[in-house]
Amino acid sequence: MANQPQPSSEPLLRAVELQKSYGRSAFWSGRTRDFKALDGVSLSITSGSCTALIGESGSGKSTLAACLARLEDADQGEVWFEGTNLSRLSGQTLRSARARFQLIFQDASAALNPGFTAAELVEEPLVIQKIGNRGEQRGRAREILQRLGIPEARHQCRSQEFSGGQRKRIALARALVLRPRLLILDEVLSGLDLLIAAQILKQLMELRAEQGLALLFASHDLNLLARTVDSIAVMQHGQIVEQGSTPDLFNRPQHPYTRSLISAYEQLQDTRARGAGR
Amino acid sequence: MKFVIGRLGRSVFLILGAVFLSFVFASMAPGNYFDEMKMNPQISPQTIAALHDKYGLDRSLPERFLTWLSSAAHGDLGYSFAYNRPVAPLLWTRARNTLLLAVLTTFVSWLIAIPWGTWMALRRGTWIDRIGGISIAGILVTPEILLALSVLIIAVRTGLLPVGGMYSAAGGDSTWQHGKDLLKHIFGPATVLVLGFLPMLTAHVRSAMLAALESPSVRAAEAHGIGRWRVLSRYALPLSANPLISLFGVSLATLLSSTLLVEVVMSWPGLGPFFLEAIFARDIYCVIGTVFLSTLFLVAGTLTADLMLYAVDPRIRRP
Repeated sequence: MANQPQPSSEPLLRAVELQKSYGRSAFWSGRTRDFKALDGVSLSITSGSCTALIGESGSGKSTLAACLARLEDADQGEVWFEGTNLSRLSGQTLRSARARFQLIFQDASAALNPGFTAAELVEEPLVIQKIGNRGEQRGRAREILQRLGIPEARHQCRSQEFSGGQRKRIALARALVLRPRLLILDEVLSGLDLLIAAQILKQLMELRAEQGLALLFASHDLNLLARTVDSIAVMQHGQIVEQGSTPDLFNRPQHPYTRSLISAYEQLQDTRARGAGR
Repeated sequence: MKFVIGRLGRSVFLILGAVFLSFVFASMAPGNYFDEMKMNPQISPQTIAALHDKYGLDRSLPERFLTWLSSAAHGDLGYSFAYNRPVAPLLWTRARNTLLLAVLTTFVSWLIAIPWGTWMALRRGTWIDRIGGISIAGILVTPEILLALSVLIIAVRTGLLPVGGMYSAAGGDSTWQHGKDLLKHIFGPATVLVLGFLPMLTAHVRSAMLAALESPSVRAAEAHGIGRWRVLSRYALPLSANPLISLFGVSLATLLSSTLLVEVVMSWPGLGPFFLEAIFARDIYCVIGTVFLSTLFLVAGTLTADLMLYAVDPRIRRP
């Protein structure tokens, strides 16, 4: 990790005591049953850092990602980004601020408008945010698509003409074309074969090194991220049960859930090593 | 082009199938147009037998079907016993009136349903959505015949609307007065049909729009900072278009059957009253002609929907 930028100490994004419940009231009794998706979550992301949000399915990772990106409003708590309280922004101010932080969904394939070509998909955020003239917008979209491995000959193809891995690259290009300061990736590497996931991860790390981009991976898979991220936050039942730098967490896990996660990870590494030694 | 030819071929097959089935069912029904003549002592059995022979009623079903096909190819669509003339000219005038009513109703219903359904989807869970839902359910459970009778009662009591027909005797001579008169006459049946049609459409628009608004591409567009109107027009509406365009084709069938009923109740001179009279009189070729025309409208509607889907959704164009 020698070529990675040193994370600055000033938080780029700070979530304070976020709470989010999903409830539904019964038709007759009016009684509400609440499910706490987030229960007092606080998290800091520094500029240029690379953080993993690890937890099993239903632990609240996607809800936290959506709340951090203000796609969902937390019931309580605040999200600060570059010194601005995002919870208080709305309308055009919020839409303009979104250029600085981007969220990529797990189902990146479905997240692309099927009526648009790859080039249109990547140019659209620039058009909306009024960044550059048409020529510059086209140039930037072309550049980032090529960089992420989509050849220029295919830029005019519609999204459904690409493979799953390519669609994820287009979704990444669509977010990265705005040159955000923070990229939140919600299970983006899930469902890809290991080679493609590793390629995408490598490209992200290169962009991080060049642009000082902060990355937040929400994932249930520690195996792919353990050697890449600087810090890890472990989520369970809507809470961050433990967080710290990657070496600290691996050497001195405190919470039983973290210990079981690390133990499972080490077992898998051992099995792989034994398999490779045979 | 291959897509259009394929769909056209299927449509022709469908229309011929529907007409053949009409022949089968009509031949299964007891009696025919000339049976009443048997009660008349002034008409001899020989005359009735000669009429049977003249109109080919004694011939086999495939023979009659082929004769009808040849007549259809000449643009006659068979011969009406009651009117003593070819069916086609009788049908066209009435079909024009039915089409006018059906097209106007479809247009107005969709014009209201799209913004109403979208608004309800955008305000999901609020009192606007709930009131909309209750109103939809209320109109949906009201039979069309009841709606038609209510409009008739209002028309009779208030005298604001004409009761039945298409034009008044004193409707005026200028095009403007003529149009105004037509509008006054069509208002009643069109209102009944729109009220009957609107709840189903609005409910579908609402659910299609809800699904579109919750789709990952709309959420992703919001995450990229794309504004509400652009998200609605470029993402949610195109995404919800597919089920709605398919519904458009199916809705034409529903609307056509409702139109026939409302026409009879509200005395609109369309295919409805003509069809009913033909059935009562056992004027078989008029019945078959109406079935043929209704199937033609229905097939044209679904074909239009298929072509619209082909134009709107690039996934369908994919080889």
